Amino acid sequence: MPAELDPAEKFAAYANPHRLVSTEWLAAHLEDPAVRIVESDEDVLLYETGHIPGSVKIDWHTDLNDPVVRDYVDGEGFAKLLSSKGIARDDTIVIYGDKNNWWAAYALWVFTLFGHEDVRLLDGGRDLWIAEGRELTTEATVVEPVEYPVVERDDAPIRAYKEDVLAAIGTEPLIDVRSPEEYTGERTHMPAYPEESALRGGHIPTAASVPWARAAAPDATFKSRDELDAIYRDEAGLGEADRVIAYCRIGERSSHTWFVLTHLLGYPNVRNYDGSWTEWGSSVRVPIVTGAEPGSL
Amino acid sequence: MTENLPAPLAEIRDEFLALEVRERLQLLLEYSNELPELPERYRDHPDLFERVLECQSPVFLFVEVDEHGVHLYATAPAEAPTTRGFASILAQGIDGLSPDEVLAIPGDYPQSLGLAAAVSPLRVRGMTGMLARAQRQLGERLAAAG
Repeated sequence: MPAELDPAEKFAAYANPHRLVSTEWLAAHLEDPAVRIVESDEDVLLYETGHIPGSVKIDWHTDLNDPVVRDYVDGEGFAKLLSSKGIARDDTIVIYGDKNNWWAAYALWVFTLFGHEDVRLLDGGRDLWIAEGRELTTEATVVEPVEYPVVERDDAPIRAYKEDVLAAIGTEPLIDVRSPEEYTGERTHMPAYPEESALRGGHIPTAASVPWARAAAPDATFKSRDELDAIYRDEAGLGEADRVIAYCRIGERSSHTWFVLTHLLGYPNVRNYDGSWTEWGSSVRVPIVTGAEPGSL
Repeated sequence: MTENLPAPLAEIRDEFLALEVRERLQLLLEYSNELPELPERYRDHPDLFERVLECQSPVFLFVEVDEHGVHLYATAPAEAPTTRGFASILAQGIDGLSPDEVLAIPGDYPQSLGLAAAVSPLRVRGMTGMLARAQRQLGERLAAAG
């Protein structure tokens, strides 16, 4: 049984209002047996310094990625993970995290690969929860393992591989969500992230540049429907596109944009290219454009 | 290659390796909480500190040598506990060692703590960057002092 929806007026304007909950809603549902709260951060220890009561931690490196192959865990691994976190297949999951829900959106996207039906983001994430002075605890959440079925990942609808992107150039809009310096090719990595680099700088031909954090307001909540429409539909030229691919450096920032395009603006077939620039920028003989213009093939 | 390892760093390593992977995270959190405040005399001198670019979070460090040996000072925000933990391990492990001992610390010391499975190899590289920068700074200070 899914938990009730957050009736907040702001959310009603989004394409899928049920994908967000407010801090107020979550505070009132901390004891709701249908709700499982998940924290997912960039820093693997942040959860331990204080987390929302009853929440469990899921880490993108150590829980969601396969330790050997550059890929996500498989159906068995995902079932084992969710089972150990006390999450059942029909539970409502609310994910929150640091940095505008960057990693929370990534976790939500990975959960979607496994078709978990009811997974939502906390609008404003960890930062807003703390800014509002809401309760945090360092007390360990006691979890009863539950049964979670083994469901194989279905990548095709929301995940693009390098070959898909090559085929999409010129026929499907691409959105590059990295910083302007990464887009132009001035940098091969994000400021302060030199370990996740590539051999070449620039962007995929035809990609429009919309840095991911433009979708977030200063308080870490998502911008309003109108503001988001102005950025993506008009400025980036997505218009009424029926297919879109978003990418960044390893697929985390573009998960955030994937969430915005899919659930807030209602674009029907949005795929996240998680290989992103660390793959594209190091691949042999793929086309690359440098400079501020999208360029063509 | 840890035969040159000074005793305090060896003790920290053994402390981590004696624990289960999950408990190693808790120990790292303890180190994180123990990262010393900057001494008064350095608080208003951000110019002295070097940014560690290998870390995802803003961390700055500064190496000092006095008659008691080498001291490493670092600042990192509370929102970056892993980075604080790494800085704290190095600050505590290095404090009071001779310059030669610090320069001889093997570059792969961070990889020897058994943290790869707990925090991921990518994150451990942030600590490798900190150690390398501390050693380079120390070398420059010694050269400048003639």
